[in-house]
Amino acid sequence: MSQMIATLGLGALFENPRASLAKLSKAVLLPLVGLLVFLFIWEVGAKSINTSLGVFPGPKAVYEQSVNLINEHRAERTREQEFYDRQEERNAKKLAKNPDAEVKIRPYTGAPTFFDQIGTSLITVMSGFILASLIAIPGGIMIGLNQQLYSALNPLIQLFKPISPLAWLPLVTMVVSAVYVSDDPMFAKSFITSLITVSLCSLWPTLLNTAVGVSSISKDLQNVSQVLRLSWMTHIIKIVLPSSIPMMFTGLRLSLGIAWMVLIAAEMLAQNPGLGKFVWDEFQNGSSQSLSRIMVAVLVIGLIGFLLDRCMLLLQRKVSWDKNAVTR
Amino acid sequence: MSIPPNHLELTKVEIEFPTPHGPFKALQDVNLTINKGEFVSLIGHSGCGKSTVLNIVAGLYQATAGGVLLDGKEVNAPGPERAVVFQNHSLLPWLTAYENVELAVKQVFGKSKTKAEMRDWIIHNLSLVHMEHAMHKRPDEISGGMKQRVGIARALAMEPTVLLMDEPFGALDALTRAHLQDSLMEIQKELNNTVIMITHDVDEAVLLSDRIVMMTNGPAATVGEILSIDLPRPRNRIQLADDAQYNHYRHEVLSFLYEKQRKPVDAEEAKETAVTEKKLAQELHSSSSEEKTKSAEAAA
Repeated sequence: MSQMIATLGLGALFENPRASLAKLSKAVLLPLVGLLVFLFIWEVGAKSINTSLGVFPGPKAVYEQSVNLINEHRAERTREQEFYDRQEERNAKKLAKNPDAEVKIRPYTGAPTFFDQIGTSLITVMSGFILASLIAIPGGIMIGLNQQLYSALNPLIQLFKPISPLAWLPLVTMVVSAVYVSDDPMFAKSFITSLITVSLCSLWPTLLNTAVGVSSISKDLQNVSQVLRLSWMTHIIKIVLPSSIPMMFTGLRLSLGIAWMVLIAAEMLAQNPGLGKFVWDEFQNGSSQSLSRIMVAVLVIGLIGFLLDRCMLLLQRKVSWDKNAVTR
Repeated sequence: MSIPPNHLELTKVEIEFPTPHGPFKALQDVNLTINKGEFVSLIGHSGCGKSTVLNIVAGLYQATAGGVLLDGKEVNAPGPERAVVFQNHSLLPWLTAYENVELAVKQVFGKSKTKAEMRDWIIHNLSLVHMEHAMHKRPDEISGGMKQRVGIARALAMEPTVLLMDEPFGALDALTRAHLQDSLMEIQKELNNTVIMITHDVDEAVLLSDRIVMMTNGPAATVGEILSIDLPRPRNRIQLADDAQYNHYRHEVLSFLYEKQRKPVDAEEAKETAVTEKKLAQELHSSSSEEKTKSAEAAA
C-alpha cells in the first residue's frame, strides 16, 4: 500500500510530515490546480454546447450519474440475491416434500450493470494481453538472437504493426465463428473475438522491444558467456533474459496501453460485452442522461488505463534489476 | 618429442578482418613463447592489435593463419582455462559480487565440488582481491576499482592455466590502479599463474612483468621487441622509482614506443599527439619519483 501511495505521487504527504512547501506544492497543489482549472473550463464549456440529447454534461451531471450507476449496480445485486434466495427457498420446499425431486438451479439473467461491464473488460484485456505477451516475449527473444530471422520477419512486423483493430475485427469475427465451434463452449465467442483482436494489435511493441533488448546485449557480456562456455539455455536464462528485461517492460507497458484502447474500440464495434458496449448502448439509448453516463464511462476508461500502467510499473520495479530505467 | 612442448606458443599468427574495402590484415607473423608462471605484458600504441592477440589466445577470435598451442593443444574456442579479465569489468549488473563469481564457479566446478566447497572457494577468491566485505553488493553499488577486483576474482576462481587481462586497470584512477597492481603482484606470487596482460602504461608493464612484448604499429602489426625485466621480486614501486635498472627498462620501452614506433600523425590526431609528446618529454627527462609521473599522467 505504501508503495502504491508513493507511485501515485502522494508519497510526499505521508513520508515526512514537515515536507517542504515546494515539495508539497509539486506533489499535490499543482496537480490540484490543474484539476480545478480543467473542471472550471469543462463546466463553462459544457453549458454552451447543445446537442440533440440536451446540454453537454458538466462535472455535476457526471457526478450525479456516477452515483446513479453505483445505485443501479447495488439494486441489481439485491435483485439477484433475492432471485437466488427465492429459488433456494422453492427448492428447499420441493425437497422437503419429496427428497428425490429434481431440483433446477437457474442462473440469474439480469442485464449487466456498469460495474459488470468493467469487470468483463478487465478480464478480456488481461487475457488478451497475457496471450500477446506469451507470443511476443519468446518471439522477441528468437528474433533478437538471430539476425537472419530478424531480417526475414522485420518487413512483416512493420506491415502488421500499424493495423487498426477495426480492420481486423470483421476478419477475426468471421474466423472465430467458423473455427470455434463447440456444443459446450468454455468461453463466449464474443470473448474469443475480443481476445484475439486485442492480442493481434498489442503484441507488436513487446515483440520489437524484446528483440531490440536481446540484440543489444553488450559484447562484453557475450564474451563472458563464451569464456564460461555457458550452454544455450543457461546463456538465455542467466544473460539474455535479465539484460533485456528493462526493454521488455518498456514494450509490455506500451502493449498494455494499446490493448486497453483496442479493447474498448472492439467492444463498441462488435457489440462484445464490456465498457465499449456500455458506451455504445448508452449512445443508442439516447435518453437525456445518456451523455452524462457516457462521460462517466470515458473517465473510468481513462482511470483504468492509468491504473493498469501503474500496475505494470510496480511489477517492473519488482522484477527488474535496473532501477534507474523505471522513472516514469 | 624430445623437447617438452612449450607452455603457451603462438606460431605465425595472422588475422584478417573482412571490411567493405576488402580484407584488413591486423596481425602478421606473431610469434611468441610463454613459460609457465610467467607474467608477460603486451604494450603498443592503440589500434596496434594487442587486444586482437589476446582475443586469439582467449579463443574469441580465430587466427586466419598460424595458431596457438596451450600445453600442446590447439586453441580454437573460448574456455575457462583461459579466463579473461576485461577492461570494463564485464560483471553482470543484476548479480551481486558473490553471484558473479558463483556463476563462473558453478560452470567450472559444478560437478567436481560440493555446494559447501564451492561456497568456500568463492569466498576464498573474493578475499584474495580483498572484496569479502562487499560480496553481497551489486556492481552499481561499488566503485570502479572494486568492480575490477571482482572481475579478477571471477577470473581467478576459474583456476585458469593462463590468465588473460585486457587493460585491466586502464579505466581506473592512478591511486586505485597502484593498489590493484600491488594486489595482483601478491596474488601472482601466491598462485604463480601464467599471465598475459595488455597495457598502455609503461610503469605498469615494467613493474609487473617478467617480459614486455612490444608491438609494432598496424596494419599487419607484429612483435617488435621483447624486453626481459630482471628485477628481483617482490618489487616495491617506491624503491624502484630511484632504481637505475628500473629506469633503464622504462627508457627502453618509451624509446621503442615513441622513437622507433612513433604513431603516424593524422590531422585529427595532431592534438592528441601533441599531448603525448608533452608527456613523453616529461617522462624521458624526469628522474622524479613514480608517484609524480603518475600524477602527471593523470593530469595529461
